[in-house]
Amino acid sequence: MSNAAPTATAPHAHEPGHAPDGHSHDHHDHHAPQSFFQKYLFSTDHKMIAQQYMWTGVAMALIGGFLAYAFRMQLAFPDKWIPGYGYMSSLEYNTAVTNHGTIMIFWFAMPVLIAAFGNLLIPLMIGCDDMVFPRINRLSYQIFLLSAIILISSFFVKGGGFNGAWTAYPPLSANAEYNMAGTGSTLWVLAVALEFVAFLLGGINFITTAMSARAPGMRLWDMPLVVWMIVIASILFMASVGPLIAGAVMLLFDQNFGTFFFNPERGGDPVLWQHLFWFFGHPEVYVVLLPAMGMSGDIIAVFSRKKIFAYKTLLYTVFATGIISFFVWAHHQFIAGIDPRMANIFTVTTLIISVPIAEMCFLFIATLYGGSIRLTVPMLWALSFVAEFLLGGVTGIFLGASGADIYFHDTYFVIAHFHYTFVPIAVIGFFMGFTFWFPKMYGKMLNETLGKIHFWITILGFNMIFIPLFFTGMWGDHRRIYNYSHFPELHRVALQDLRIVATVGLLIMISAQAIFLFNVIKTFRAKQENPGPNPWHSNTLDWSAPSPPPHGNFAELPTVFRGPYEYSHPERESDFWPQNEPPPGSST
Amino acid sequence: MPTTFLPQASSYAGDIDFLIGLVAVIVMGWFFAAQALFFGFIIKFRAKPGKKAMYIDGLNPLHKRWVSYPHYAVLIFDVIILVFALKVWTHVKIELPPANDTVGVVAQRWSWTFVHSGADGKLDTDDDVKTADELHVKVGDVVHFEGSSRDVLHSFSIPAFRLKQDLIPGRITTGWFKAEQTGTFDIQCVEICGIGHGMMVARVVVETPEQHTAWLATNAPAAAH
Repeated sequence: MSNAAPTATAPHAHEPGHAPDGHSHDHHDHHAPQSFFQKYLFSTDHKMIAQQYMWTGVAMALIGGFLAYAFRMQLAFPDKWIPGYGYMSSLEYNTAVTNHGTIMIFWFAMPVLIAAFGNLLIPLMIGCDDMVFPRINRLSYQIFLLSAIILISSFFVKGGGFNGAWTAYPPLSANAEYNMAGTGSTLWVLAVALEFVAFLLGGINFITTAMSARAPGMRLWDMPLVVWMIVIASILFMASVGPLIAGAVMLLFDQNFGTFFFNPERGGDPVLWQHLFWFFGHPEVYVVLLPAMGMSGDIIAVFSRKKIFAYKTLLYTVFATGIISFFVWAHHQFIAGIDPRMANIFTVTTLIISVPIAEMCFLFIATLYGGSIRLTVPMLWALSFVAEFLLGGVTGIFLGASGADIYFHDTYFVIAHFHYTFVPIAVIGFFMGFTFWFPKMYGKMLNETLGKIHFWITILGFNMIFIPLFFTGMWGDHRRIYNYSHFPELHRVALQDLRIVATVGLLIMISAQAIFLFNVIKTFRAKQENPGPNPWHSNTLDWSAPSPPPHGNFAELPTVFRGPYEYSHPERESDFWPQNEPPPGSST
Repeated sequence: MPTTFLPQASSYAGDIDFLIGLVAVIVMGWFFAAQALFFGFIIKFRAKPGKKAMYIDGLNPLHKRWVSYPHYAVLIFDVIILVFALKVWTHVKIELPPANDTVGVVAQRWSWTFVHSGADGKLDTDDDVKTADELHVKVGDVVHFEGSSRDVLHSFSIPAFRLKQDLIPGRITTGWFKAEQTGTFDIQCVEICGIGHGMMVARVVVETPEQHTAWLATNAPAAAH
């Protein structure tokens, strides 16, 4: 057992028991009793931090989901009393949609997809005992938690929460006279900026750990897809978030200290914010998409017992997507008053980005060919991710084609489109990762039947919300309207019926989550035999650690002999070949 | 299609709808083909006892072409969409056909002020007619609008014309439309602008030349100004 190592050095993957953090070096042998705060707030163990991120994210998703429930009820039954909420004013409506968007993207998709799965999977999958910077990791979660608390507290200050839409376009967002929620807006910007700091710290850790702490024998091209994708996502995030943090600071100054960065009366420019926001905002889509895509690929490989079709090509398409994603941002601004000639350039880049994304989808479909497919619950989620994301992808073409965007911009067509990307990413992504790695995290198996019921009802509800919204958008419904009866062309029975169908879909989707919670709680309480380290017969290193992995993860840190997808190898009896299994004939 | 509930009331509404239809045919074709293959594979390759999956790494060119050929096809279809998208965009948003009339569009929280040029066809003259929440134009006229905002961002949208343009405080944003159908259509603000955003609506009244002249006459400012 080594002495406490300095915090900020890379753990040596081949030195068993070498824990990177002072207080943890004795954990292999016996657990020192820890106080609640030590364990849940000050832990430096990547798996605990992953769970902190995950459950904080899920709790935030419940708040975001409740807001969606409230404003969808208002839309379906305008100005009626909403059970559990009350009457909704137009300002409250704006607050609800603003914070629904903010929470679901920044406090649900980001912490769950990047932070939780990144923390959980990277050290386990590359075969090391913890993150390279465990204390930075801990700080990252603490800042994130602080940002969540600030965001929630903004609902309770005078004037209520921020109501200027999650894109926060000034001058509306910059001036309390316009948004009537001065304190709420300031807290919102502060929370978002802090949250970005938290993920910057997380990103540093993910990239450094994956680059420097891989198990001996693991080349970059031996890393599972999801590790690659989280690393690339972290790079995209770090490269794109700077301008937005700068913008957030300017906005904070405009709100509170009388500066005029975005105020045209004194030489500022409101459109500048849009550029800063979307320069970050578009890569952000891929920041959360890639981890979900990676998990989906890994899970599809496991349950179709197949190698990923053209693994390297798949990664090249990811690199290409990542690079091009920095050159498409102004497609959110075609009609925002930018020089219309600029739209031509961004239409071209936007359609170009469809090429690698389409290739990625083809490679996923090709991976299924010739497989031996088992439709377990995680596999259902992983497949539904691809099926649903396809619709989100192709409907993006309508919006990227500038001429058509003139009509679709800011309609519900846009809302339906990006929910067909973000719901598969965040909701389906969370469920596929959670159900797949649940045995690893907790040493128990979830009930498959309940899992399937939950899956089908959730998917039904989800499609029932957003397919009607493509049509209301096509027929003119525009966004952030609390009551359509003020618009003669939108005050139609047919449109209202579709709005009601969408709300019913949401109620179905939300109630299905009770089945999920029941399943999880039931499994936690039940006495169950540990399914062993590798219940899915997977190849990657995470499945060679005990379930749940102890502090330090591996009894003996693994050595890697092959890539992560050697399923159904023709020369082997067994249909999988773990990365750390020594080749036949070698003496270990 | 937008036409289910909305007429094609401007000269370019048909162009935009055609583009939407073209994109719909192309991407929905791809979408259903991909889904058919996807679900087909899931059904065909369900696990069977004793049958091992194939071992394909996707590096063999004979296998890979199954992905690369569709990939080239995507590229070709992208180019087709691009050509039409840019054509429509250039026509609607970049070109500015010579004007028959000019109107001023001023957005403020949460209503619209329209400035009609009057008999002389010029803005900022004595015979300008200012109205609130009602814009009057002549059918068949190429109308230029000079849009601005007094406070926050707004967006000037006439769905029946397939026209949409954000208005920014501190700038004049210019655009055009040519109404081709008489009638009354919605003008909607489609950029969130605060508590009254959901009520920020106005009308555009497209009139025959005679009706328009009569309307101007009844609303003309007093001659002795």
